[in-house]
Amino acid sequence: MGVVGPRLQPTLDERSRPGRGGGKIPHAPAGALDRIPAAALRDTPPALPELNEPDVVRHYVNLSQLNFAVDTGFYPLGSCTMKFNPKLNEWAARLPGFAQLHPYAPDEVAQGTLQLLFELEQWLAEISGMRAVTLQPAAGAQGELTGILMIRAYHRARGDVERDEVLVPDSSHGTNPATASMAGFRTITIPSAADGGVDVAAFEAALGPRTAAVMITNPSTLGLFESRIGLLLDEVHAAGALAYMDGANLNAILGRFKPGEAGFDVMHFNVHKTFSTPHGGGGPGAGPVGVGERLLPYLPSPRVLREAEGSYRLERPGERPTSIGRLRSFVGNTGVLVRAYAYLRAHGGSGLREVSDDAVLAANYLKHRVAEAYDIPYDRPCKHEFVASATGLKKSTGVRTLDVAKRLIDKGFHPPTIYFPLIVDEGMLIEPTETESVETLDAFADALVEIAAEAESDSELVTTAPHTAPVRRLDEATAARQPNLRWRPMTGRQMPCPD
Amino acid sequence: MPYGPHTTADRERMLAALGISSVDELFDDIPVELRASGLDLPEPEPELQLSARLQALAGRNRTDLVSFLGAGVYRHWSPPAVDQLLVRGEWYTAYTPYQPEVSQGTLQSIYEYQSLLAELTGLPVVSASHYDGAAATAEAALMACRQTRRDRVLVSRAVHPHYRDTVRTYLGPRLELDELPLVADGERAGTTDLDALERLLADPDHPIAGVVLAQPNFLGLLEDMPRVAELAHAAGALFVAVVEPVSLAVLAPPGAYGADIAAGEGQPLGIPPQYGGPYLGILAATEPLVRQIPGRLVGMTTDLDGRRAFVMTLRAREQDIRRDKAASNICTNQALLALAASIYLAAIGPHGLRDVAALGAARARELEEALAAAGVPRLHPGPYLNEFAVRVPSARAVHRRLIERGILAGLVLADALPDQPGVDDGLLVCATEVTTGDDIDRFAAALADELRAEPGGRKAGHLATGTR
Repeated sequence: MGVVGPRLQPTLDERSRPGRGGGKIPHAPAGALDRIPAAALRDTPPALPELNEPDVVRHYVNLSQLNFAVDTGFYPLGSCTMKFNPKLNEWAARLPGFAQLHPYAPDEVAQGTLQLLFELEQWLAEISGMRAVTLQPAAGAQGELTGILMIRAYHRARGDVERDEVLVPDSSHGTNPATASMAGFRTITIPSAADGGVDVAAFEAALGPRTAAVMITNPSTLGLFESRIGLLLDEVHAAGALAYMDGANLNAILGRFKPGEAGFDVMHFNVHKTFSTPHGGGGPGAGPVGVGERLLPYLPSPRVLREAEGSYRLERPGERPTSIGRLRSFVGNTGVLVRAYAYLRAHGGSGLREVSDDAVLAANYLKHRVAEAYDIPYDRPCKHEFVASATGLKKSTGVRTLDVAKRLIDKGFHPPTIYFPLIVDEGMLIEPTETESVETLDAFADALVEIAAEAESDSELVTTAPHTAPVRRLDEATAARQPNLRWRPMTGRQMPCPD
Repeated sequence: MPYGPHTTADRERMLAALGISSVDELFDDIPVELRASGLDLPEPEPELQLSARLQALAGRNRTDLVSFLGAGVYRHWSPPAVDQLLVRGEWYTAYTPYQPEVSQGTLQSIYEYQSLLAELTGLPVVSASHYDGAAATAEAALMACRQTRRDRVLVSRAVHPHYRDTVRTYLGPRLELDELPLVADGERAGTTDLDALERLLADPDHPIAGVVLAQPNFLGLLEDMPRVAELAHAAGALFVAVVEPVSLAVLAPPGAYGADIAAGEGQPLGIPPQYGGPYLGILAATEPLVRQIPGRLVGMTTDLDGRRAFVMTLRAREQDIRRDKAASNICTNQALLALAASIYLAAIGPHGLRDVAALGAARARELEEALAAAGVPRLHPGPYLNEFAVRVPSARAVHRRLIERGILAGLVLADALPDQPGVDDGLLVCATEVTTGDDIDRFAAALADELRAEPGGRKAGHLATGTR
């Protein structure tokens, strides 16, 4: 029995039959488009598929059953915080008052949402120890860009224009160096020390008058708290640079560590990680950004403001000329932020602290169990996730981390993040989250231990896994060499209307 | 904690296995002087109270108004099948399909999205989604700079103001943005000044990477896109068309008039307005740009047994592989909204989509006639699809008073385009297939009333009767 359904599906195009569908929209009156110049009109209608609703529903229900998801099983994808997505939040985001509100609706018509956004900003500032928060960025990576652009504006406003470098540890997410490049900076990669933290000597050697910012993920992508963070932040500021915190791993430290209090100048939140908004098969998320005093003037516009008499409004275009401007249209992924708001209300301060306590306890417990059969390269208390490695297993059996991951599918689990961070040989980044029971943690650990035993006794069983998924391993090389990115060339064929 | 499973016994068992007595010991690595000061947040709220609170907050928003507001976000009817399929946990609680063997649902749905949007845009390469129309337009501008190795982009002032602002932010001080002015009067008033475009393209000191125009433009008007493509290409620049996907059921697709890149907002494809997002950034391009396009791409391939399957491909463009050399920093995208758009298109079908676009045009024409009869003429004479600007004396005040009468009279152009000459008295209004004849009558009658009351207004009251 596979962990997902076995039935591959035809494409929408293959299901299409000319003449199917209809009954949804009345026909437009003849001549509706008469006043549009012929040159601006399409010659041939788009060749979209024609299906009746029952076929559409079966198509998407059957396709959905080919997916592994948090709602179907344990999804310990390190660095992604695949925790349970509360159903109340889905309901709330669909309330017509929230869902049907037009983003250009005048402030007086949008007081409910504006209040929600304002309160959410205040809470995120409290959680992070920052002065203020913008909710505009659509995802963590856009939050990073927001932060780095604000840092650039800060230096430029001071006439400090020679700073063109951003320091990034080698364990960082790929988004950090990609963000630095997008904002026009050169990335300087800092190696990690033997204990998994930033190598202080290399850091000090790289830091200087060209350094605009340092981007640090804390806890790091190895799941380790950067214990020397106080020293690093002091040195960053002494060098005239600013410190960015990648908040991807905030789930480990709620109520325990506030980046703003510790001296970070700016950070982003991934509400789709820490605050339970769903991952949506790749998105949407939201990536609010908190800033300290130095970057306050540069926050993107518009901000949400509260007037003295208690009403809320959006900043008007041009109201705050120091702003870096907009990162996207309108105020942000508001529908996602409604879910995050509900999550924070449901938990309160005490609940959030318990979230991190349980996430960290679960990760340490699971690490302890996984150590029965795998290498643990950094064997000290981890935070919400940890790295295991199949290096030893590979030496003795030839079975690699990729094989272990694929075999986990046969055992009913989503594989962890593999081969990341890049600095760990045969790494598996495992993040259980606080919403998984100890029974699930034990079952997952048992499965990993079993796989290690299988690697010894019948390595082919592991190296040819998965055996129970709807497809086996894929030919990724051909996919890249001869890309097939759509079902056929665009034909724009004529299709007579069926009724 | 409301959603956690751990009992006291569970926690004790885990602590015992670790040989510690308190979870606090797991946080010993946080230096004492850097430990948090506490969390001053509201008390945890049980779901019963929380749901009532959320309902009350939602109720403070006024979504009962008869709305003629568009300006980049459009009200459409979405078949209930769309949302009922979206709430399946297999869709919305999965993540990026890193493990293709257990993600064929998401992967095939993205491949289908790419195919559907290729058909609509007439461009063969479609990325698996960007944050929204503004961010997609900014990425398109950056693509043009990378591909041409030039550093200046021309953006029409008739591109949505938020998109222009976003492009400016993304280009930063390294790359240049010049705005193309609009024609002030005559037949082409409100469209992009193509003479100015020609002049800027001819400047040998400032080679242009890309030209960005919207169709329909922000004022609802149709631009001469084929002519822009010719001018841009003659100067070695790429042409970026900002498109609205429902309109592509009837308007010429970017691929047909020579656009190299299409960017746009996918919200009209079955996605609710929800005060700004999550939306769907559409980004499509010609074949030669396939290695420049940012964001995920899904391709068809086979598994070891030769079964057809889908997988993320051309990954060497992406940040997790290429780090500082990546085409963009994008990671999390808007996949669930791409799925919504695909289900919408599948459910409504090609004829349904054409009817949505053409009905909007028909309703907008009725709206134009009713408003003209009420004494409110159009601001520009050129052709439009389903959105246009009208001239209303004291537009801002009238707009506000109409809210009290239950009508959202579109967008006050002077607020949205504070630097644009010639729109001071403008309201931008739109109609779609959900606009009814009654809505139009109410709007026209109320507007006529207000104009009668407005001291500086025209004596238009006698025109208000029998507007339709």
